[in-house]
Amino acid sequence: MDYEKIERAAKKRKTIRNTIIYVLLALWAIVVLFPFYWMLLTSVKSYGAYNSEYIPQFFTLSPTLQNYIDAFTTVPLAKYLINTLIFTVVTTLIMLVVTTLAAFAFARLEFRGKNLVFTLFLALMMIPNELVVITNYVTITNLDMRNTFTGLILPSVTSVFYIYLLKENFAQVPDQLYYAAKVDGTSDFRYLRKVMIPICRPTLITIAILKVIECWNSYVWPRLITDEEAYYLVSNGIQEIRENGFGRENIPAMMAAVVVISVPLIVLFLIFHKKIMEGVSRGGTKG
Amino acid sequence: MEKRNFKAWLYLLPAILFLGFFMVYPLIDVFVYSFEEGYNSASQTYHGVGMYNYSYVLHDPYFLQAVKNTFILVVITVPVSTGLALLISVGLNAIKPLRNLFQTVYFLPYVTNTLAVGLVFMILFKKTAYSDGLINLMIHWFGGSTIDFIDGPYWAKMFVLCFYTIWVVLPFKILILTSALASVNQDYYKAAQVDGTPKLRVFARITLPMISPTLFYLIITGFIGAFKAYSDAVALFGTDLNAAEMNTIVGYVYDMLYGNSGGYPSYASAAAIILFSIVLTITCINLLVSKKHVHYS
Repeated sequence: MDYEKIERAAKKRKTIRNTIIYVLLALWAIVVLFPFYWMLLTSVKSYGAYNSEYIPQFFTLSPTLQNYIDAFTTVPLAKYLINTLIFTVVTTLIMLVVTTLAAFAFARLEFRGKNLVFTLFLALMMIPNELVVITNYVTITNLDMRNTFTGLILPSVTSVFYIYLLKENFAQVPDQLYYAAKVDGTSDFRYLRKVMIPICRPTLITIAILKVIECWNSYVWPRLITDEEAYYLVSNGIQEIRENGFGRENIPAMMAAVVVISVPLIVLFLIFHKKIMEGVSRGGTKG
Repeated sequence: MEKRNFKAWLYLLPAILFLGFFMVYPLIDVFVYSFEEGYNSASQTYHGVGMYNYSYVLHDPYFLQAVKNTFILVVITVPVSTGLALLISVGLNAIKPLRNLFQTVYFLPYVTNTLAVGLVFMILFKKTAYSDGLINLMIHWFGGSTIDFIDGPYWAKMFVLCFYTIWVVLPFKILILTSALASVNQDYYKAAQVDGTPKLRVFARITLPMISPTLFYLIITGFIGAFKAYSDAVALFGTDLNAAEMNTIVGYVYDMLYGNSGGYPSYASAAAIILFSIVLTITCINLLVSKKHVHYS
């Protein structure tokens, strides 16, 4: 009977403890989600309604899509989105090709100086972007590539970390497959295409998604290299909208633009959240 | 063998070209720039070599303001975000149902556009002629007096900047810490349970030492990241950070390079190199401290 008492007390303590944990976790979830709710809410409030609310309302009974129409007609939001899409897709594709070739050389091919070159590559991981961006800015300006996609894309392509990640994955593919392919007279390049890439597809997809997120959110380089609105990406576009877009007071339209910019990545995240979180925990940082 | 050598280099060629042209060469060049005095970006000439650029930057009041802002930001956000991430991860680790859902929700800020979501924070905190904004409304509920966090006093602006920075960096830290906590060998906990060790003691004597390598990794990367803060500030206060007194060191570098006050790659280089001497020093101190306190199994 004593046992029962002790057990009941322990159970009660555990319930209390769990409740407190859940409440605190839920509180933080609210802090995380609230800005997203607020941006959605504000984006469907009408201009007049929003500006007449001295005390902000937590919901609206008359949602409107007018702000979204304004966001696409008053400012070149569609243009920003298309620019970002081109930039993201092209950068990611070039990155995948360059990374795959380099990782294959490091993981599979034998050549003199391999270890030295690989060590040098790893050392490059430590170089912060802020140091090299100054010269890149001058280089691109001198090459007359400001306000071009080439100028935007080229310096954004390489990521040593992805080469490292893929090389580790390539190295796990059993050697026997390579020797068997060699006996059959398969060329290295064909082996890479027909065996390595299909086997390592999950890692390639992870790398591609991480790069897409990085490209979609990049701000500093596009800001340095573009000053014509026709080449703005979404990050610069939203800054432009904030400073001289709808006029300072049209906050609902601004929030509609923010929603439009945020939705693609949130959708990507909801589809691939396992892959993204796994990839990031393997060593990505917010760059 | 010669042929195979050649082919391997061919596979590496694109990567070497990209890295050489956009990373190795700029890295050397930034040091060259920082010592060229009176560099003119239009004619690409300079009239001397020396330390003048460094001296100019170190005496520039905007730079000193940026250094002050950055240090305050680092000193506040690194401990707070790491501590908060640890608390949340321990909480996550203690529950089973809904754990994945919470984890996914907490990670959401990582994938959002810092500039875009920053605008939402600006609206929440801003006080305008026709509305005090939501945060001020809440302060009012609790009996405080309202304040403009975006154009108001220095400490209020700094508070918003720190708050937003923490909101942005937490997802990464929570993710890394939860997986570190989950990988601690459960046998230790079972042994402690058999001995009836109090929970707090288990945490201090088992959990903390076991995750200390991860914790220090997060503190080091946290320091590096916080020193490089920039786009969070732009998102909240706009591009003219000097006017808002909210500039950061990285912001100063870019302002020197581009924009209304731009066109001085030499000053920008000197400032960037000063920043990285600071970061390097702090990282080395961190590593020295971690050698003493971190438990590597």
